[in-house]
Amino acid sequence: MTVVKRQPMPDAGATDVKALEPLLIELTRPGRGGRHVRAETSADIPPQFQRKAPLGLPELTEPQVVRHYTHLAELNYSVDGGMYPLGSCTMKYNPKVNDRAASLFADLHPRQSYRTTQGVLALAYELEQMLVKITGMDFVTLQPAAGAQSEFTALLMFKAYHAKRGDAKQRRRIIVPDSAHGTNPASAAMCGYQVTTVKSDARGNVDLEALKTALGPDVAGFMLTNPNTLGLFEERVREVCDAVHEAGGLVYGDGANMNALLGVARPGDLGFDCVHINVHKTFSTPHGAGGPGAGPLCVKKHLRPFLPKPWIVRENDGTYHYDTAREDREPESIGDSIGSVKQRLGNFGVLARAYTYIKTLGEEGLTETGRDAVLAANYLLALVREKYDVAYDRTPMHEFVLSAAKQKKQGATALDLSKALLDEGFHSPTVYFPLIVPEALMIEPTETEPKETLDAFAAALNRLADRAASDPTSVHDAPKNTPLRRLDEVAAARSPKLKWQRPT
Amino acid sequence: MNQNPYSPHTEADRTAMLERIGVRSVDELFNAIPRDARSPRLGIGAGMSEQEVQAHLEKLAAMNKTAGSGPFFIGGPIQRRYIPAAVPVLALRGDFLTAYTPYQPEVSQGTLQAVFEYQSLLAELLAMDVVNSSMYDGASATAEAALMAVRLTGRKKVVVSSDVDFTFRRTLRTYARGAELEIVDVPTDRLASSADGAASVIVQHPDAFGTLVDVRAIADAAHEVGALCVQVTEPHALALLEPPGALGVDIAVGEGQPLGIPMSYGGPHLGIFACRGALVRQMPGRIAGQTVDADGVRGFVNTLQTREQHIRREKATSNICTNEALAAIHAAVYLSLLGPEGLRAAARAGVARARALANRIAALPTCRIANDGAFFDRFTVRTEMGGWDLRLALLERGIQVEATASHYVDGKRRGRDDVIVQCTEMTSESDADALVDAVAEITGSRQAVAAR
Repeated sequence: MTVVKRQPMPDAGATDVKALEPLLIELTRPGRGGRHVRAETSADIPPQFQRKAPLGLPELTEPQVVRHYTHLAELNYSVDGGMYPLGSCTMKYNPKVNDRAASLFADLHPRQSYRTTQGVLALAYELEQMLVKITGMDFVTLQPAAGAQSEFTALLMFKAYHAKRGDAKQRRRIIVPDSAHGTNPASAAMCGYQVTTVKSDARGNVDLEALKTALGPDVAGFMLTNPNTLGLFEERVREVCDAVHEAGGLVYGDGANMNALLGVARPGDLGFDCVHINVHKTFSTPHGAGGPGAGPLCVKKHLRPFLPKPWIVRENDGTYHYDTAREDREPESIGDSIGSVKQRLGNFGVLARAYTYIKTLGEEGLTETGRDAVLAANYLLALVREKYDVAYDRTPMHEFVLSAAKQKKQGATALDLSKALLDEGFHSPTVYFPLIVPEALMIEPTETEPKETLDAFAAALNRLADRAASDPTSVHDAPKNTPLRRLDEVAAARSPKLKWQRPT
Repeated sequence: MNQNPYSPHTEADRTAMLERIGVRSVDELFNAIPRDARSPRLGIGAGMSEQEVQAHLEKLAAMNKTAGSGPFFIGGPIQRRYIPAAVPVLALRGDFLTAYTPYQPEVSQGTLQAVFEYQSLLAELLAMDVVNSSMYDGASATAEAALMAVRLTGRKKVVVSSDVDFTFRRTLRTYARGAELEIVDVPTDRLASSADGAASVIVQHPDAFGTLVDVRAIADAAHEVGALCVQVTEPHALALLEPPGALGVDIAVGEGQPLGIPMSYGGPHLGIFACRGALVRQMPGRIAGQTVDADGVRGFVNTLQTREQHIRREKATSNICTNEALAAIHAAVYLSLLGPEGLRAAARAGVARARALANRIAALPTCRIANDGAFFDRFTVRTEMGGWDLRLALLERGIQVEATASHYVDGKRRGRDDVIVQCTEMTSESDADALVDAVAEITGSRQAVAAR
């Protein structure tokens, strides 16, 4: 039984609100406050600009604030606390030395001169080189803040590439497989592309014939996750890439599942024109309850001119600066570059963590990571495959997808199972994705969970399958041991309450 | 001993696991990969112990000159501000730091309530109806605001003030290549007259150079021709300046880094994004909302998700997935600690110091303050020698400032060459003295006075 600490609801008795922890606005009392910055009592602002609207921020003491966020933190599941088998999210352990390393670069402004940031540039340059080697590509931009922004960056580069060749006007379509992440079609749409979906074949590969039919002179590119979201390596990946190239298109590698390929295979050797890396998956940077991430984009030579600016240049004497002419001046012209999606080196604080991780593991450690990730997924699948249907049953890479179709017929859906797993002390897998698998449970254990944990997780999943058969109602009623029980999402969307109501 | 120090498997474990799978070696699991592409040599060197890695990183860090190591006046959307000790202690707790996106709200109430409170705090500050749970940064928030206005109006022209921060305008231009929007840069005083046919008019207040802008007049002019008004703003200024919600602004965006988030050479930061309630269905990004659980206990979920990519795919309002939730939690903790008085004090400090410093610099015969009107907590200094060279000369004396020469987009250089001086509560008297003395010496003020 979870003991949930909380601050007393101040209006208990006056209202009937039941809550785990009061809102800040319920804790506020006029006149409370801390003394965190020097008191400055006046500032000369012309009257027409002065704030007349009330500033309704809560007034709290530091001890109250500390209690509040401590209580909130304790309501969270985290990878520090337990296994997080979310498929395609790669929730591996987040090493603490990475955080400390990043804090060494906290007090630096991105508009400082290259002269005062040689350490930043040296780190970033070496990180680019390492990513080139890990992915088998030629050049890197560290700028994108996340995987989705990296997709968008790459598709803008595709557009610029085709424009340079004179056929951007006719190439209006991007093809994605039906197993693709939602960000793929959304990024394509943001680039002004129409999206065509091609189906998967019976082995969970892109249906090559369907792809060839969809390809043509109006296609700008194809977006492929490999291993795909079924956890399966694309068996005819080179033929797929060749077909796209023959039609004049480019192939985008969605690197969401790159963890499986660390030291195992390189997208650059398989025919991709570019690939992004979610460092908050593959390179162990913490996901921060939804972000930040970082999404470096690695590209082949022919896409280099279109990379975002600025680029880091290393001089023969071992000093670094940006390519944007002398003395930090930004370029007079950005040439064929698409511009920039973020300042200079993007989420540098995240990238410094990834750098630390790669330096810690080194070549052998990274290779072991890819192999262990695949080993763990295959082992876990072997432990649970008897009780669940396996979608597209062939050897998976770092993750696999079960279908709870059988359990649904018994009265327990994938959603029910995911909630019941919470009661067993585990976070749920990704559910209802990929869309092509009914009642999907997408499971990625990662390389950092010990065998004992994998065994316990499998035992929990198998127990739930038994309960789905014998007592589906109990599964349907889960969770019961979590801080809250199932939340009413329909009501939340029907009459949205998107901020607190200040007492009037 | 494993090569990956975070790998838990013993050789006995691995053997048992392979046995259970029914293969003899891990290599057998890779049969789908083209044979010649398997197990490449990467050439990235051997791993290191934690101690060695830490020492290596410290060596790299020592090659930088941090903002705190000398007088520092670089700012704009990213500012060196005082971060209370409790901010990182709370926001970087492993329970927040290492949680995933709150897909299972039953075990993510910490994140969801903190984000809901972030939205509420920012809504108070901005006086706007709805705030989302965060974008990547102020620049991408601005670009997404422009795209949102295009969806709402069906028009493809965006009129942006050339006094909006250059990094924001550059990102806007880059994003605009996707939807093939027409971006028109005009000075702030011509925004109102250029709004015709635009989806949105984008104004920054205080602007990139610190100048205060009459946003209400621009919003009114935009609305008259059916365009939306987007205001780029910054959080500390809102403690003292009339907020976007009171100025007729439709979408308010900004960089939230000054709210307790380290500068970290540019990221991770916090994109603030807010809009009028009527526009929420076209808003990008996640939004936390209040509801109840099966027992009637108050709780929070991500809501209005039918706008988002994982549901709507190519019809989504944005492709954003990973956002900056942890930065939003930093901001919520920061605002909880400072409260209205603390935030006002920090904001006033920047304004007061900027005013005092500008007066001293304006008194030098070789310098003048080049803002087009009243300014907030940063200002521009014009000299005969030009801002670019002044900046370099100051840097040689260990003083860091920014030059306006950077402030152009796609080769269009602004017609001014000044330095920008940003003040915050971190700006000390001795920093100010150092700057005034150095500027006087570099620009030859003493000689000018002597010659008189």
